[in-house]
Amino acid sequence: MNFKQYILVCGGTGCESSKSDEIYRNLLSAAESKDVKSDVQILKTGCFGLCEKGPIVKVLPDESFYVHVKPEDATEIIEEHVIKGREVKRLLYDTSDSKANKAMENLDFYQKQFRIVLRNCGVINPEDIDEYIARDGYAALSKVLSEMTPDDVIAELKISGLRGRGGAGFPTWLKWNLTKEVESDQKYVVCNADEGDPGAYMDRSTLEGDPHSLIEAMAIAAYTIGADYGYIYIRAEYPLAINRLKIAMEQARGYGLLGKDILGSGFNFDLEIRLGAGAFVCGEETALIASLEGERGMPRPRPPFPSVKGVFGKPTVINNVETWANVPVILHKGGKWFASIGTEDSKGTKVFALTGKINNSGLVEVPMGTTLREIVYDIGGGIKDGKKFKAVQTGGPSGGVITADYIDTPIDYASLQKLGSIMGSGGMIIMDEDDCMVDVAKFYLDFTVDESCGKCAPCRVGGKTMLHLLEGITKGKGTMDDIEKMKKIALGMSKASLCGLGQTAPNPVLSTLRYFEDEYLAHIQEKRCPAGKCKDLTVYEIISDKCIGCGLCARRCPVSCISGEKRQPHVIDQEKCIKCGECYSVCKFEAVSKK
Amino acid sequence: MSSTLYTPTEHQDLLMNIIESLKEQKGALIPILQSAQDSLGYLSEETLKTISRELSIPYSEVTGVVSFYSYFTTVPRGEFVVRVCLGTACYVRGGKEVLEELKKLLDIQVGDTTPDRLFSLEVGRCFGACGLAPVVLVNDDIHQRVKPTELAAILAQYRVQHSEKEAAEGASA
Ligand SMILES: Cc1cc2nc3c(=O)[nH]c(=O)nc-3n(C[C@H](O)[C@H](O)[C@H](O)COP(=O)(O)O)c2cc1C
Ligand code: SF4
Ligand code: SF4
Ligand code: SF4
Ligand code: FES
Repeated sequence: MNFKQYILVCGGTGCESSKSDEIYRNLLSAAESKDVKSDVQILKTGCFGLCEKGPIVKVLPDESFYVHVKPEDATEIIEEHVIKGREVKRLLYDTSDSKANKAMENLDFYQKQFRIVLRNCGVINPEDIDEYIARDGYAALSKVLSEMTPDDVIAELKISGLRGRGGAGFPTWLKWNLTKEVESDQKYVVCNADEGDPGAYMDRSTLEGDPHSLIEAMAIAAYTIGADYGYIYIRAEYPLAINRLKIAMEQARGYGLLGKDILGSGFNFDLEIRLGAGAFVCGEETALIASLEGERGMPRPRPPFPSVKGVFGKPTVINNVETWANVPVILHKGGKWFASIGTEDSKGTKVFALTGKINNSGLVEVPMGTTLREIVYDIGGGIKDGKKFKAVQTGGPSGGVITADYIDTPIDYASLQKLGSIMGSGGMIIMDEDDCMVDVAKFYLDFTVDESCGKCAPCRVGGKTMLHLLEGITKGKGTMDDIEKMKKIALGMSKASLCGLGQTAPNPVLSTLRYFEDEYLAHIQEKRCPAGKCKDLTVYEIISDKCIGCGLCARRCPVSCISGEKRQPHVIDQEKCIKCGECYSVCKFEAVSKK
Repeated sequence: MSSTLYTPTEHQDLLMNIIESLKEQKGALIPILQSAQDSLGYLSEETLKTISRELSIPYSEVTGVVSFYSYFTTVPRGEFVVRVCLGTACYVRGGKEVLEELKKLLDIQVGDTTPDRLFSLEVGRCFGACGLAPVVLVNDDIHQRVKPTELAAILAQYRVQHSEKEAAEGASA
């Protein structure tokens, strides 16, 4: 059927949590009651990326980009836009330079982006295999099965320069080739969809918005290395993604794209979903394998590497979701095309989850080599509430901070490493002047200590000792000695820990020490937290010149430690104050200071 | 999350069905534990013993796996599991303050359940909705950009839901 118009409703997790499903249903029923069901097709798509402005609804062919849509807006969209051809102006995305309607591609948020991994997110209905196929889906698999040998596939991947997107950046062609070369009666392919980095959701959106791209890529890898079975290991916390994957697998089986004798080539391949059970360390490949085998997810020494001895002792290729999503495009458009994007050592694009103190938080995909400034200011729209940019954390608990001084660095694997951080899986947390860097380091270390599996002593004991020291510093009990002690422990952990978790756990501490040593010193020597974040070092005081004695703070103080006569300046009893900050936030006269 | 109580025989039948349908796959222990917990609400000692026996896996190994993964719980949880995200994005946008307020409102600590078995309080590490930080999950509902001042109203919503359900069940019984 040919429709005159299409309405795309974002069905990503962010927008679903702001009632996009209700918007979708209301649009359907409005179209029905106005009798325009045959003119307009209403679809639920994957994430558009601009989560900050959600729920998002896009109308084609007018390219109208509606933001912050509410369920009750549905009737107006149908009556005004679909029937009368008039855009609902008040819902249009309003960019600062022009209030006119603009195509999504022209919005500042999208202009510097380049979408390979997210090519179908927000474009197709992820629950309909035909839409994936209409956008060249499964073309690569069909080409591989009919025209290419496994060696051809590997050669193409090598030309492309694709490196793993799960953290370490290992060349994908090499990993596949190692596994292909091993003789074995059984091999496996695995998709690592455990996405453990707290504060990142690139993989989730890809799974929700384009599940078929993973199935296609895994089938291609299976053919290449000689496997006939695969596992997708996904976090149980991602119910929408799990559901979309299940639907996609069912549809692929129905089309003969999964199962026996795929596309009549004689090649067999099938897939199974396994749910993670809430352990960060299971994102590490050897721990993931242990978990798949039904055991506690503890890392195992490498070598042997999974390419030789993986799931159930058999040779296994494990790749990250984003790595997989690149594969069909590379084989469809060619390795050369892919290698033309990016920098010398880092080809293609990278998806980042831009969050924290940023105006446009959301998912962005940019060519490798894009600068941090472009991401934060051109795409991200700058820092929230006009505050000052302080730093960005990349690489999650294994990474580090990048400061304003380095904001013009082109981002690739090598440049981030030089700055003491890592590319990681793509979390990008923007921090402003209100964030305390010692507190941030403590936050990450607290996370890794909590998630350490306890198998080896350097990580188990070292992490705890270091956390203890950091806690002391944020409470004003630190000494200059502690900094040297932490550096020593860090060295031991990075050298002697069994897996990446312990080896990289000190990174956030080392990195903040490197760029924000003055903040550590303020905590230690002056017993002061410059950002006013560390409670024990914060002092609230009432400025008597400004206080009009309204008594509001005294009524709100949970420990009743504020006193004063009516219309007279009040005072805080510092002995009793628990530093909850209530007085600071309720005073309407800016009479409470925080130091 | 189901906290419905089954009779011992129903319980046993359900569990045996789960085990039978999954035990043939490789590495079946974790999928069986997940499925059992999803249907039965939590993993009792009895449940774990049955699974250990049916899969011929030593009991100590089963409990070792259960205690390793934070997904599993061996105590019954409340009807509504409130999970506060303490991932980085939520942390820098005030997740900790949200958690403190919830502790106050529910008067319980993380990991505990209110005496009326209505709410359990837990923390999570990123639900993948960081663009909407800070995030609180109540069972499967995502609450986004939560301010501490809104929490009382959010909890009230579930109390109402609970009483409506009880009223409906009372009426049908
Ligand atoms: C502690 C730890 C956690 C990890 N978590 C993840 C994860 O959540 N997702 C992921 O894809 N890779 C994760 N990795 C990296 C994997 O071990 C592995 O390198 C990756 O899945 C390989 O895929 P790639 O080559 O496509 O990047 C983690 C590594 C460590 C040490
Ligand atoms: S480094 Fe930490 S997480 Fe890794 S094996 Fe050792 S104790 Fe476990
Ligand atoms: S709320 Fe402000 S003005 Fe009122 S008594 Fe307190 S400090 Fe003074
Ligand atoms: S910070 Fe809290 S405890 Fe201290 S005076 Fe203000 S309201 Fe009272
Ligand atoms: S950090 Fe809270 S949802 Fe990601």
